[in-house]
Amino acid sequence: MQQFIHLSLNNLPPIWVDGFSSQLIDEENVLAWLEIDLNTRLHFAQGIVVVTNHRLMAKMAGDEIWQEWRYQQGLLLTQRDYAGVGCLELFDSKARLAYWRYRLGNDIAVSRLIECFMQQLGYHLTGKLSLSTHTQVQCPNCATLLSSDQEECPVCDKQIRTPPSTWTLLRLWRFAKPYKGRLLTGFLLTLCSTAATLVPPYLTMPLMDNVLIPYQNGQPIDTDLVTLYLSGLLGAAILAWVLGWARTYMLALVSERIGADLRTATYEHLLNLSQEYFGGKRTGDLMARIGAETDRINIFISLHLLDFATDVIMIGMTAVILISINPWLALVTLLPLPIIAWLIHLVRDRLRIGFEKVDRIWAEVNNVLADTIPGIRVVKAFAQEKREAARFHAANQRNLQINDRVNRIWSLFTPTVTLLTEIGLLVVWIFGIWQISEDEITVGVLTAFLAYIGRFYIRLDSMSRIVSITQKAAAGTKRIFDILDHVSSVPESAHPVHLSTVQGQIELRNVGFRYGTRSITRDINLVIKPGEMIGLVGHSGSGKSTLVNLICRFYDVTEGIILIDGHDIRSLPIAEYRKHIGLVLQEPFLFYGTIAENIAYGKPDATRAEIISAARAAHAHEFILRLPHGYDSLAGERGQALSGGERQRISIARALLIDPRILILDEATSSVDTTTEKDIQKALDNLVRGRTTIAIAHRLSTLREANRLIVLDRGRIVEMGNHAELMAREGYYYRLYQAQARNVDTEDESFVSVVEHSVAGERE
Amino acid sequence: MSGMVDYQLSRNTFGRLVFTEPSGLMQEGVVPVRSFPITDPDQGIALIDSHGHELAWIDQLADLPQEYRALIESELANREFIPEIKRLLKVSGFVTPSTWQVETDRGDATFILKGEEDIRRLTVSSLMITDSHGTHLLIRDRLALDRHSRKLLDHFL
Repeated sequence: MQQFIHLSLNNLPPIWVDGFSSQLIDEENVLAWLEIDLNTRLHFAQGIVVVTNHRLMAKMAGDEIWQEWRYQQGLLLTQRDYAGVGCLELFDSKARLAYWRYRLGNDIAVSRLIECFMQQLGYHLTGKLSLSTHTQVQCPNCATLLSSDQEECPVCDKQIRTPPSTWTLLRLWRFAKPYKGRLLTGFLLTLCSTAATLVPPYLTMPLMDNVLIPYQNGQPIDTDLVTLYLSGLLGAAILAWVLGWARTYMLALVSERIGADLRTATYEHLLNLSQEYFGGKRTGDLMARIGAETDRINIFISLHLLDFATDVIMIGMTAVILISINPWLALVTLLPLPIIAWLIHLVRDRLRIGFEKVDRIWAEVNNVLADTIPGIRVVKAFAQEKREAARFHAANQRNLQINDRVNRIWSLFTPTVTLLTEIGLLVVWIFGIWQISEDEITVGVLTAFLAYIGRFYIRLDSMSRIVSITQKAAAGTKRIFDILDHVSSVPESAHPVHLSTVQGQIELRNVGFRYGTRSITRDINLVIKPGEMIGLVGHSGSGKSTLVNLICRFYDVTEGIILIDGHDIRSLPIAEYRKHIGLVLQEPFLFYGTIAENIAYGKPDATRAEIISAARAAHAHEFILRLPHGYDSLAGERGQALSGGERQRISIARALLIDPRILILDEATSSVDTTTEKDIQKALDNLVRGRTTIAIAHRLSTLREANRLIVLDRGRIVEMGNHAELMAREGYYYRLYQAQARNVDTEDESFVSVVEHSVAGERE
Repeated sequence: MSGMVDYQLSRNTFGRLVFTEPSGLMQEGVVPVRSFPITDPDQGIALIDSHGHELAWIDQLADLPQEYRALIESELANREFIPEIKRLLKVSGFVTPSTWQVETDRGDATFILKGEEDIRRLTVSSLMITDSHGTHLLIRDRLALDRHSRKLLDHFL
């Protein structure tokens, strides 16, 4: 304990440590602190609130003295937030003593501060210290307590957001490693093929000096020599061709495999991430990452990186050759190179910004389309075609504007590169002619130099491109590794407990859940007996679906514990646990495939007989037989058009087939009309029998079979009991029921049956 | 016109607004909410109880007695947090996520921009930026910013 406290003081932000340590009295220890970044007028300012074992202290940067409140009867520290700004308030029984404002971001530190405060307060008043689980690890950065299964601090994880660096690309090595043998071969082939391409310019030198110039001076052409030189040229060309082919093929092969591995690994990892992750991401974005980004990295490796490596090797080799022929001329030839490269880079940089703008404006144009086309019925119904056309026109106009601006630089680019190249060549010409006139070099040497230099001036442009391409590839790599690095917030237990059979008793103890900075449910205590049917009732947003998601372990609780047959669900293997749960959703999702495949989704090895009996029990058998291809009809996107009720019954059959002990019906009947609902209800009655069932329904009539109704409001359980009890209480449920009975005339009938059923239930 | 309301407003010692209906029923923790906080902040303010139900509608603040207006304005000032960016001092890089140092009407601040898509165009010249914690920052007129700020901002638009 002592060490923990000591640690905590050290963690106090440095700017506060000096001023604070002089304030400390004997045996006073810092237990928790919170940095405040706003003042009470909501202006940006620095401040801190500290909880010690004697008092609560606070100071804003501009204040002279520390404010302090000693623990005494009636103190209360609470927190609330609105629109991204939190408010920490200190009350006594009569009034508000103080309050602090801060931008949200460190929600856990706030709740820890409050928890520490209340714990110390309790200690000072009663003398008993309610020890919480301080055996946990602390995050070295922000002093947030980590639970044992979290390796990374969730707070810091969200705060450290640095832009991708080019070094990210090195992380691709993990995927390149299995192919290192082939990569090495590819590299050697690159070396050889580049060397082969450098032979022809070298041969121009003797060809000029030993054949052409002597001929001009009156000597006959030496045919043997010419044959030798020319066959050398041909040989080099053929060699370069073969080696070039081998290297390109080899490296393309490897990069394609690296790309494929990357894609598969990312997708596999993605499938294992929690629901929370998918909730926070757009589908299109994830699809783009796995599809387009991996492809971009692929092309980067196979094309750009390869070209760049070739160019660097070529420049290196050329430099060596040039220096070996004539160091002075080599110096003059190579000197303008960096200058030209830098100039090209400058222009490119400006272009890149422009191109990025073009990319973004394209996204905007696409957004208009994505907005309108799915909503075309609304557009037409309200006769707003003209307005939508105008919106598209405006986006297009902006596209034009930006493109015009980019093109102004772009059109200048190629001529500029040519001009710079020509100037470079001009310098070589001038120096070369002067050297020839001084008899320092031969015409052949100058020709060879010009041939060499012409080659890599051309490459300078593509080389200058590597900077921005590398940045893009690095950004792409980062986006991929974002997924790969994401640790599932629903982690597998390190020492899983295997349950062979499940009775179906579910217990929730002090369950609380926060999504981001928003607290969604709090202090839920509930025991569901095996075979019991529970109805969850409440306004939308009252936390019904959250509760179900927590029980399915799509999310993990932030506070408390969920037990199944007395075991923490976090200690069970996730897939094994979910096998015991049957889920019927409001919008049943059918995959592309036959109806039989869709029913057998949770149990792919089910026999035909099993599938049919599940379909019969789900009252789906008859309508399936009416379809042209029966159980072999295609469902899902581009498949057979099925009504909402039919799809729902297929999803009920799907749940029936896996024969789960726990059944969850999340608004299973709310998207269909009342007649269809009755059909589905019959199917559901078969499903519910003998299973622990948790049903969410907006229409209270659908919950007539429930043993108990749990009424939720704003994340808390407000009432619990069967229909008759809750009606007698005339509380929240009563009002909800009355409101529905008034609004939905067609449901009056079923409401009567609810009452009858409950009364009958009481007599039993 | 002024003073024609049939309810009473006051602030209690806990710092909460208390709304007293004509019948004498008291509601604690009442909050004023603007209907159009960005496009038309002064028109249409509702008083909402702690359950989110509307208690009263104020067409414009000027309709209220001076004392109530002050109460509501102070409460609004306490709730609203949309700093208006006056100047961009520095951005850590043009690749997102990027850390921005800005000067706002509420003092200097630092925030993290997660992606370009978090900059939303409200009108042709005004922008709304959402930072990594969900706080909104407003640029009322980007064309009126100084040259340096405009240049930095331009990279992200």
